Amino acid sequence: MEMLVASAVGVLTAGGVYLILRLRAFPVILGLALLSYAVNVFLFSTGRLAIDAPPVLSKYGDATYSDPLPQALVLTAIVISFGMTAVLVMIALGAYLEADHDRIDMTDTDDDSAAAEKEREA
Amino acid sequence: MSDGGSLLPIIAALPFLGALIPGLMIRAGRTACASFTAVPTIAALVMLGTLTPAVLRGEVITAEIMWLPQLGLEASFFLDGLGLLFAGMILGVGLLITLYARFYLSGEDPMGQFYTYLLLFQGAMLGIVLSDNILLLLIFWELTSLSSFLLIGYWKHLPEGRQGARMALAVTGAGGLAMIAGMLILGNIAGSYNLTDILAQGEAIRASEWYLPALILILLGAFTKSAQFPFHFWLPHAMAAPTPVSAYLHSATMVKAGVFLMARMWPVLSGTPEWFYIVATVGLITMVLGAVIALFKDDLKALLAFSTVSHLGLLTMLLGFGTEKAAIAAVFHIINHLTFKAALFMTAGIVDHEAHTRDIKRLGGLAKLMPVTAVIATITALSMAGIAPFNGFISKEKMLEEAVHTVWWENPWIVPALATLGAVFSVAYSLRFIFHVFGGPVRDDYPAKPHDPPFGMWAAPALLTVLVVVIGVMPFLAEPVVNMAATAVTGQETNAYLKLWHGLTPALYLSVVAVVGGIVLLLLHRPLDRAWLAAPRPEAKAIFEALVEGVAALSRGLAEGLHNGAISRYLAIFVAATVALGYLAFTSGTMSPPTREMLPIPPVAAAGWLLLIGATGLVVVNHHSRFRALVLIGVIGLMISSGFVYLSAPDLALTQISVETVTIMLLLLALYFLPKTTPRESSAGRKLRDGAIAVAAGGGVAALAMAFLTRDFSSISQFHLANSYEGGGGTNVVNVILVDFRGYDTYGEIIVLGIAGLTIFALMEALLNGPAGRKLKAAPVPPDRSRDRHPLMMVVATRAMMPIAVMVGIYIFLRGHNQPGGGFVAGLVISIALLMQYMASGFAWTQSRQRIEYHAMIGWGAAIAGLTGVGAWLGGAPFLTSIYGYIKLPFIEKFGIGSAFAFDLGVFLTVLGAVMLMLYSLSRIARYAGETVNVEPMDYDPSLKVEQNKPEAE
Repeated sequence: MEMLVASAVGVLTAGGVYLILRLRAFPVILGLALLSYAVNVFLFSTGRLAIDAPPVLSKYGDATYSDPLPQALVLTAIVISFGMTAVLVMIALGAYLEADHDRIDMTDTDDDSAAAEKEREA
Repeated sequence: MSDGGSLLPIIAALPFLGALIPGLMIRAGRTACASFTAVPTIAALVMLGTLTPAVLRGEVITAEIMWLPQLGLEASFFLDGLGLLFAGMILGVGLLITLYARFYLSGEDPMGQFYTYLLLFQGAMLGIVLSDNILLLLIFWELTSLSSFLLIGYWKHLPEGRQGARMALAVTGAGGLAMIAGMLILGNIAGSYNLTDILAQGEAIRASEWYLPALILILLGAFTKSAQFPFHFWLPHAMAAPTPVSAYLHSATMVKAGVFLMARMWPVLSGTPEWFYIVATVGLITMVLGAVIALFKDDLKALLAFSTVSHLGLLTMLLGFGTEKAAIAAVFHIINHLTFKAALFMTAGIVDHEAHTRDIKRLGGLAKLMPVTAVIATITALSMAGIAPFNGFISKEKMLEEAVHTVWWENPWIVPALATLGAVFSVAYSLRFIFHVFGGPVRDDYPAKPHDPPFGMWAAPALLTVLVVVIGVMPFLAEPVVNMAATAVTGQETNAYLKLWHGLTPALYLSVVAVVGGIVLLLLHRPLDRAWLAAPRPEAKAIFEALVEGVAALSRGLAEGLHNGAISRYLAIFVAATVALGYLAFTSGTMSPPTREMLPIPPVAAAGWLLLIGATGLVVVNHHSRFRALVLIGVIGLMISSGFVYLSAPDLALTQISVETVTIMLLLLALYFLPKTTPRESSAGRKLRDGAIAVAAGGGVAALAMAFLTRDFSSISQFHLANSYEGGGGTNVVNVILVDFRGYDTYGEIIVLGIAGLTIFALMEALLNGPAGRKLKAAPVPPDRSRDRHPLMMVVATRAMMPIAVMVGIYIFLRGHNQPGGGFVAGLVISIALLMQYMASGFAWTQSRQRIEYHAMIGWGAAIAGLTGVGAWLGGAPFLTSIYGYIKLPFIEKFGIGSAFAFDLGVFLTVLGAVMLMLYSLSRIARYAGETVNVEPMDYDPSLKVEQNKPEAE
């Protein structure tokens, strides 16, 4: 089971990294979503795996429990990552509507401004 | 804390508090502003005065306020003789400068700003001399660099002012950084960051192998601050500052900070050959060099600046000698230099103010026009030259006396010879200051008609001149003060016999040589000046500028090479660098063998894993087709939720599945306005590169996860399991951690979420009111739009589900403390229920039926959570301590209720408000994009007649 979880984290990370290196806003957002999954599962996995042992205290004293702390951290992380995704989507949308394209690299405009600066100096 | 110790932090804080005053008082006029600026200084002086008798008796007054004891950082202060001398000088001269500046600054200069900067600087200086903790001292040290930057650049319109300020900041700031390192080493050797402890461990420190690096680093700080060769060049350029600043910072206080530090560290660092050869040599070179250059400067202030450099070199050299007598001479000269140099700077300012020039070649004959100024200048300049009967004479005699007895590298005459050479030039430039400015015939080509300034302007230099004469004629009056400070420097009882006449000593002969030589030099000034100007000299400013340019070009090249505007490039560099660092850490560390047995893999889990891996792969392959990728993301989210269920994390599963739902809705909404496909524009090479980075990163993370999963290690989790019920009153440990153990984190997180919601709202508002909004309005409505936008089936189903969903939400919320659930999940569930209404009946229709503003919901949520935390204060407990009890409502099972419940309610409201506000904001675009408002909840209402069933006009 550990192999499955670790490999899933790895595959999600790889997919996420590949997508955030794309040139358009939407794949980058998808990549960040995948990375969020990967990070959340990774954090969760630091509590190690347990089956049939939810961290809900049982009335019968002999039960075992999975590690509650990473779960609490991941729970808020899931909600926060939604907030982050939403802000990113909003920025991407705004950029697209203002600029009519959703490219994320700004090298062209930078070159333009540098060229303009040179002209002004000359 | 000894008697009066509580006054020390107040004295140190007074100037900082006082810095608020001038900005306000300037509205009441310039005189009022200056008067009120003097108040904190006077108050601090009075407090210092009350402590003086005790210090003169040899007591050391201390005060200690714990600040960050874990770091060894304490706000501790102490006052001994040296500190008292400097504090008195800083405050006393500060007061005189306040008076002088009132008359010096013109009506156009913002005086309130000036006094604020001045007080900030004064506070920083006081902090240096009063600090007991060296970390605190370092903070004040940097503050003097910063506040002097503001003061030097006070005339912002002058390029020289700005350049001088930048140079001073760069040089002294860099030295300060070096000193931080040195002080940390010193603190490490001594095992304490308190000066009093460090001073007691001189021998251990000198014997340490880290002594030399610490010494060099600390001296770098002191030398840059006190303008010692080769860092002396910044001081003359800092003369672009208004003259009161030059008089205060560059003669009396800031440049003495380095000397102060060397004196402070004297018992610890001095007495070794390293100390002698570094400090005494640098001081000697600086003294001679400064004096030589000063003779050839035509700008009055530049002359004084290089003279200051020279005198600072003298002080450094004396401290470098490492003998007790030399230390006494240094302390005495600190006082003398302060009196004559501050007065001379003010005189230079008066001349500049009245004659509108500081160029010596354009001046002369001022004695007849400005007799008062001339008298002040003559007396103080003679003192600077070291001519009897003024105070400068005595300390120079003492310096020559020490020089005569100093052997440098087995050579007994080189130090006295060079010291005498310095004295010769010192006499020459001092006499030049007198004769070329005030002597000679009256000219008729001054830029302005010079005359003596008002009393207020010459009062301060006149007072200092009185001191010059009094100390010179009756030096025994200064003995107690010199003894007090010298005792503190050397760490043992000293006895300074200060006399004007020492008899026929070698020092006296050298003095005579100096005076005669100085007069000869002045007579030869004209040909010498021509030769000096013709000779090639390194120009410090040009070298400095070239150095700065070089560093700037280097960092620009580096920054622009890495940051060319392509975010995909930064991300690639970032990921690759992180992977490389991780690999480095992995290979250089050690790892214990695995300790845990692996769990078996049931077929269902394997199937889920296959789905997840497959879906991830398909997202990557299919990301050009955006809708398809989104659907696949949904599959991944579902698999992760199921994984959480299987791996005993029910809360996570609930949260994940509800967040998944709203995320997909959000992305769908956004995709409506974004292009539906991603163009294929990456080259094969680029794909290969990105793929390699991605695989490396994924492999690294997978290995790390595997390492975690197969090993046992202890964590604080057991504490939470053990105390969840007794301490937090709940059996769902995850929820108890969220609302109780780590409630502060949760509080921060809901606030972040609320801010994210409000940010999106604000961004959308700005967007829709800008060009994008107009563009959207002008865009044509897509032709393939459905005519049945609000289908009957969906409307009816969501209406029926609404109460059920809300019920489920409340249930999840209430049971959260003991069973999986809680505020986060409940907020998400109810927002999904509300979202379904928006989807079914349209944005405007639903919004008009929504009574509570989402902003208010976020606000209330944060307020309730915060107030719950504050409530704990009423019971005397820290913020967010929870209390609980059990209540039993009729028909409902007994359930626990406590402050955690209210906190969870806050969480619930914030999550609900934030999620709704985000999606609501995004869907507002639709209205701009030509979406029409439907009056009816659904488009085809079978209960109405056929004619009315037409869809809304589009």
